[in-house]
This record gives sequence, C-alpha cells and structure tokens, in this order.
Amino acid sequence: MSIRINKEKCVGCGRCIDACPGNLLELAEGKADIRIPEDCWGCTSCMKYCSQSALEYYLGADLGGRGAVMTIEKEKDIYNWKIHMPGGETKVISVNRKNANQY
Amino acid sequence: MSDVKLITKKIRTDALIIGGGTAGCYAAIRLGEASVGKILLVEKAGIERSGCLAAGVNALNAYISKGHVPMDYVEYARADGEGIVREDLLLSMSERLNKVTEDLENRGLVILKDENGEYVTRGWRNVKINGENIKPLLAEGVYAQPDVTVLNHVNITDLVTQRVHGKTIVRGAVGFSVKEPVIYEIEAEAVLIATGGAAGLYRPNNPGFSRHKMWYSPFNTGAGFAMGFAAGAEMTTFENRFVALRCKDTIAPTGTIAQGVGAKQINAGGEIYEKEYGITTPQRIYGTVEENRKGKGPCYLKTEGISKEQEQDLFKAYLNMAPSQTLKWIESGKTPSRQSVEIEGTEPYVVGGHTASGFWVDTGRMTTIPGLFAAGDVAGGSPQKYVTGALAEGEIAAESMASYLDKKEKGDEPEVEFSQESAYAHHFEVKDNNITWRGVEEAMQKIMDEYAGGIHTDYRYNESRLVLAREKIKDLQGLVDDLAAEDMFDLLHIYEVRERLLVCRILIEHLLARKETRWHIFGENADYPQQSDEYKKYVNSRLENGEIRIIFRQLVKGESYEHPDK
Ligand SMILES: Cc1cc2nc3c(=O)[nH]c(=O)nc-3n(C[C@H](O)[C@H](O)[C@H](O)COP(=O)(O)OP(=O)(O)OC[C@H]3O[C@@H](n4cnc5c(N)ncnc54)[C@H](O)[C@@H]3O)c2cc1C
Ligand code: SF4
Ligand code: SF4
Repeated sequence: MSIRINKEKCVGCGRCIDACPGNLLELAEGKADIRIPEDCWGCTSCMKYCSQSALEYYLGADLGGRGAVMTIEKEKDIYNWKIHMPGGETKVISVNRKNANQY
Repeated sequence: MSDVKLITKKIRTDALIIGGGTAGCYAAIRLGEASVGKILLVEKAGIERSGCLAAGVNALNAYISKGHVPMDYVEYARADGEGIVREDLLLSMSERLNKVTEDLENRGLVILKDENGEYVTRGWRNVKINGENIKPLLAEGVYAQPDVTVLNHVNITDLVTQRVHGKTIVRGAVGFSVKEPVIYEIEAEAVLIATGGAAGLYRPNNPGFSRHKMWYSPFNTGAGFAMGFAAGAEMTTFENRFVALRCKDTIAPTGTIAQGVGAKQINAGGEIYEKEYGITTPQRIYGTVEENRKGKGPCYLKTEGISKEQEQDLFKAYLNMAPSQTLKWIESGKTPSRQSVEIEGTEPYVVGGHTASGFWVDTGRMTTIPGLFAAGDVAGGSPQKYVTGALAEGEIAAESMASYLDKKEKGDEPEVEFSQESAYAHHFEVKDNNITWRGVEEAMQKIMDEYAGGIHTDYRYNESRLVLAREKIKDLQGLVDDLAAEDMFDLLHIYEVRERLLVCRILIEHLLARKETRWHIFGENADYPQQSDEYKKYVNSRLENGEIRIIFRQLVKGESYEHPDK
C-alpha cells in the first residue's frame, strides 16, 4: 500500500511533509511527492494534514489492491473517509473523532 | 561521489532526549515541568506523528480496573513472560498506569465512559478510546513547555561517552538532519534514549511492493539499541522476540475482531483450534503455525455471519488505527460478515514494550552507563507496557534524570570530543559501486528469515543455522562502510541498515545463549524444544573489546534494583 499525490489538487503547502513518520514526502516543483512509494507504512498521517484531499491512499496489488483509492475530507470533528472504486462509485464512511471505538 | 558539503552545528543542553515518540514526548513534558534547565528533544521525523502512534491505536492496553491492584498486572506480565521479567520495573510502571491514563484524558483523549462516569474496560486491563490523535496531543504538550526545544527531522546515530574518575559516562550524542546537509554535535549532562524497538530485521510478510506494511513501525530501526550497545551499555532478553498475530496482508490487529465481535480462531475445516493451544499471544500464533504445519490451514477469525451493525463498527474502528484493512474489505467486497478474516503471524521484532528485550536498567530506568536512561520499547525487563506503560516509563526516567542532574557536579569533565563527521562525509566520497543500502537490507532480512527463525522456518532455529547467520551478518557489516550516499536521505538509510545489522548480531548471540524453548514462537529453539529450569535467568550482553559477551544474571525479585557496579 502507498500514497499517491493528486497533482491537480495539491497546492504545495507542505503540511503533509512534516507529518510523515518516515520522512518520505518532499516538495518537488511546487507539489508534494513521495520519494519511495514502497517505503510507505500506510499510516495515513499525511492525509490528515491536507486541506485539499490531494493525498490518495491505495493498496498495492500484493495486498489485493485493484485500483481503488481512499481520501479523507475533514469536517470539524468528522473524518469523511471516501473510497473511490475503479468503476466510479464512491463509498463514504464518516468517523466522529469524539467517539470512542466500540471494540 | 556526491557534491554534498556537510556543515556542523554544535548544541549544549542539560537534558537530551533521543526519540520524540510516546515515552520521549512524555519525558520531555515531565522534565519541562521539573525545571531542570535546557531540554532538547531530537526526533528523526516530526513529533506530531512520529513512531508507533502515527496511525493511532485501538485501545489503552495497560490499565488497572476497579477491583484490581498493580501487583495483579505484575503477575499477569510475569506469567505471560514465563518468569523472565523484572518485578521492580513492572511494579513501578503498573503503579502509574491509571495516573497517566487520566492525564491523557485531561489532554483531550476520548475515553469511553459508562453512565457513572467510569471508564469502560475490555477485560480488566484495557480501556476503550478513540486513539487516532494521541500523538498530536502529546506533541501539543511538548510544545507548551518553554524549556523544551524540539529538533525535528534529525537522526541520531551515536552516543558520545567519556572516562571520568574511572567511569564511562554519557556526554552527548551526534546525528544529522535528514533534510539538509547539517551535522549536529550535542553536548549533554544526561541523555534519555526513547527510540522505540526494532522492525525490519527479518523478511517481512509482504516482501515486495508493500514491504513496509508491517505491524511495528518500519522507521523504528533499533537505533537506540545499537548506539547504546556500541557505547558499552548492557542489553537484556533480546531472545524474547515479539511476533504478532495479524490479519493477512494488511497486518492489521486481530484483537479488535477477536474481542470486539467475539470471533474465534478456526482452521480451514471450520474447527475452533484456539482451545487446543491456549489464548495468550504466543499460544494464538503457535496454534496458527501448528495448524498450518499439519496442513489444516489457512486459518481465520470466524467473522462470517456477524451483523451489519457490527461490521460498520469494525470499519470505523480500523479506520482509527489500521485503515488499509477497511479499504481492503470494501475494495474486495469481501466484508467480514461475508467472509471470515484470514490470519497469519508477522515476522519477528525486538520490542521491549511487548516482550522483555532492551536496555538493562535500574529501577529508575538508568542504563549501565551513568547518565544514560532508557524508556519505552527500547527498555528491557518490563513487557506488556504498551502506550500507558511507555508514558509511565517516560515519567519515571524523567524523575530519575532530574535527580541525577541535580546531584551531578557539572563542569569538571574534560571537553567533549566528537569524531563522527568524517564517517558521515565518507559515504558521500565513496565511488558509486554496485552495492546499495537496499541490497544489504534485503540480504540481512533474507539471512535472518532463513537462518535465525523467521517466517520461512515457522520461527524455529537451531545452533547450526544461528552460527551461519552470525557469519553472514558479520560479512554484511563489512559492506556498510562502502555504501555510497547521494543525499541525506541515503545517509539515513545507510545508518539504518548499520543499526539493524548490529541489532541482528546481538539477537543471534542471545538466541544461541538460551538453550531452551522458554516461549513458543518468540524463542522456538529446535535443539532444545522444552523449557529448562536452568534457564530461569536473564540472558544479558555487552560489547567488550569489539566482541559480544553474554552475561547470565539471576532473576531480580523485589521492588528495587541497582546496578552492582554503580
Ligand atoms: C501499529 C501499532 C499499534 C499499536 N496499538 C496499540 C494499542 O492499541 N494499545 C496500546 O496500548 N499500545 C499499542 N501499541 C504499542 C504502543 O504504541 C508502543 O508500545 C508505544 O507507543 C511505544 O512507545 P515508544 O516511545 O517506545 O516508541 P515510539 O512511540 O515509536 O517512539 C520512538 C520514536 O523515536 C524516533 N526515533 C527512532 N530512531 C531515532 C533516531 N535514531 N534519532 C531520533 N529519533 C529516533 C521515532 O521516529 C519515534 O518517534 C501499538 C504499536 C504499534 C506499532
Ligand atoms: S501514509 Fe504515512 S508513511 Fe505513507 S506517506 Fe503518508 S505519512 Fe508517510
Ligand atoms: S498537504 Fe496537500 S496540498 Fe499541501 S503539499 Fe501536501 S498534498 Fe499538497
């Protein structure tokens, strides 16, 4: 699994770069870039700092990835996790950050 | 050859903390409150999201609920660790678990409560939370301390020690920025190591594109073990490796499913096999490995048939800690109510927060080097620490450091000499050759997997294989000096592989020294498949004259332990 940057959405603010526990992100020509996609831990930290939802999370084919990407849109205390399926359909799961896990 | 020109910055501080993770951040907060002078926290990434807590955690796994006392936790950890634990460390940690939990809540952590305002527990040791943002909350606490300076994106590689009055004491550390060509030479009166455990030693479950989809943080490379050991500090119980039971491929936690929806472990034939082997962590993995060996796999957590509501709760719980699992369920359409979740054991890690491996410390968490302290996953003797235990240890270490600083007569030591600069610069000077850090890392992981009890051999090892592993890892160590770096990011990786190789060397010697199988999976010695009373003792190690020396120590009982040669 790894992160892909949607260059059309990225505004080059650099906020995601500080957040990566593996120092994997950098700015290249004014846009975020991932240096070694294979070294991503999949922690989604970077995504939580992007106001543009420009960071797209995906599973490698070795984990069963088949082209879907996941993004986060923040709305106050809510994280809207959006899963964009390859066929065009989008599924949304909203998680309230003020609610504890049930399990 | 690269044209990187390194510049050197010198910093003086009273307290230095290496690693701004769970334990390091908490120690920084407590030291800041104690007004001990200048405190410098150095972190290889950024403290808001670095280390184990990056994605968030599922629950607080160490808590003493009503009707229980700290000693119950000690006994639980002692039984789980088959006796090879330190009572003094476990007890002092357990006594603080509830206090740090309340402090986390005051800092803004969401903890589930019942109608009487009591924490809702899962079992007697486990508190339900929304753990997605623990790390940003701790970072906020650190930044609020005026005496604490944070140096993010700086990787520490070596400690600096000095002989003073016939004793070797710690005097600082050296490292480099991972972003710009700057070396940091740091002089300090006391140092805390809180760099976490070591992942990436063995070939991982997903060795290809998703090679970093592992349980433990792939960015915790065992740097603290390596720099401490090289400086002469004593280590303990490395042979008590940790292997986690995880959801296949995504390596997401299984406890959430097992305890959350009560799913049982079943084999391919649908038989519940967990009853046969037991339900401690190693037993759960041992059972799974054995079922597979008997040809009865794959193994699953039986979730098929759970309700849609339970399924939705699982989706959310995983988004808060292991988001790839939710994505996998939805992308494949094989959601847990429709298909049971396949499980597997991970590759082994060296993690003092789960098992007992790490620095040999006294009750105040000082290592065998005066002035050098250790807390969290890097500190040994005290397993089952988890988040709250790491916080408790950070706090204990901070208190000991404050009193050490208070008592220390400053200024009578000779000037600190740093000598690392040329070693860093060398990697930019060597000619490009066909050996890369990545190649060396892969070779190391392959050797550990095949010869030192990785997934490849169902975690089993024997002396013949370990002796080969020793030889082959030594051989790889000889390649590190000639690895070429183009930029600081390359230099980081070169040092990471250097650290891991040393951790592998220590681990191999420990595995060889314990001639019994004390723990299934974690230490599965094929030459000696049973426990032996002779080994009811600690296996410790030190570097002496360039060689790894094994030291056996008798079990420590009672509430306090001081280093004998103090
Ligand atoms: C995926 C995962 C899930 C977990 N889930 C739970 C859970 O649900 N409940 C629970 O109670 N526990 C859980 N744990 C365990 C718990 O998170 C850890 O035991 C604890 O956070 C360890 O704290 P630490 O400070 O030792 O390590 P960390 O928090 O990892 O801190 C180590 C820090 O040191 C930095 N560092 C490393 N090397 C260097 C260097 N050379 N120079 C400078 N800095 C360096 C790292 O970047 C990192 O920030 C989980 C662990 C993991 C990995
Ligand atoms: S998901 Fe985590 S490891 Fe991957 S790029 Fe983002 S912050 Fe870094
Ligand atoms: S946070 Fe988002 S917009 Fe800013 S640099 Fe990163 S990807 Fe681009």
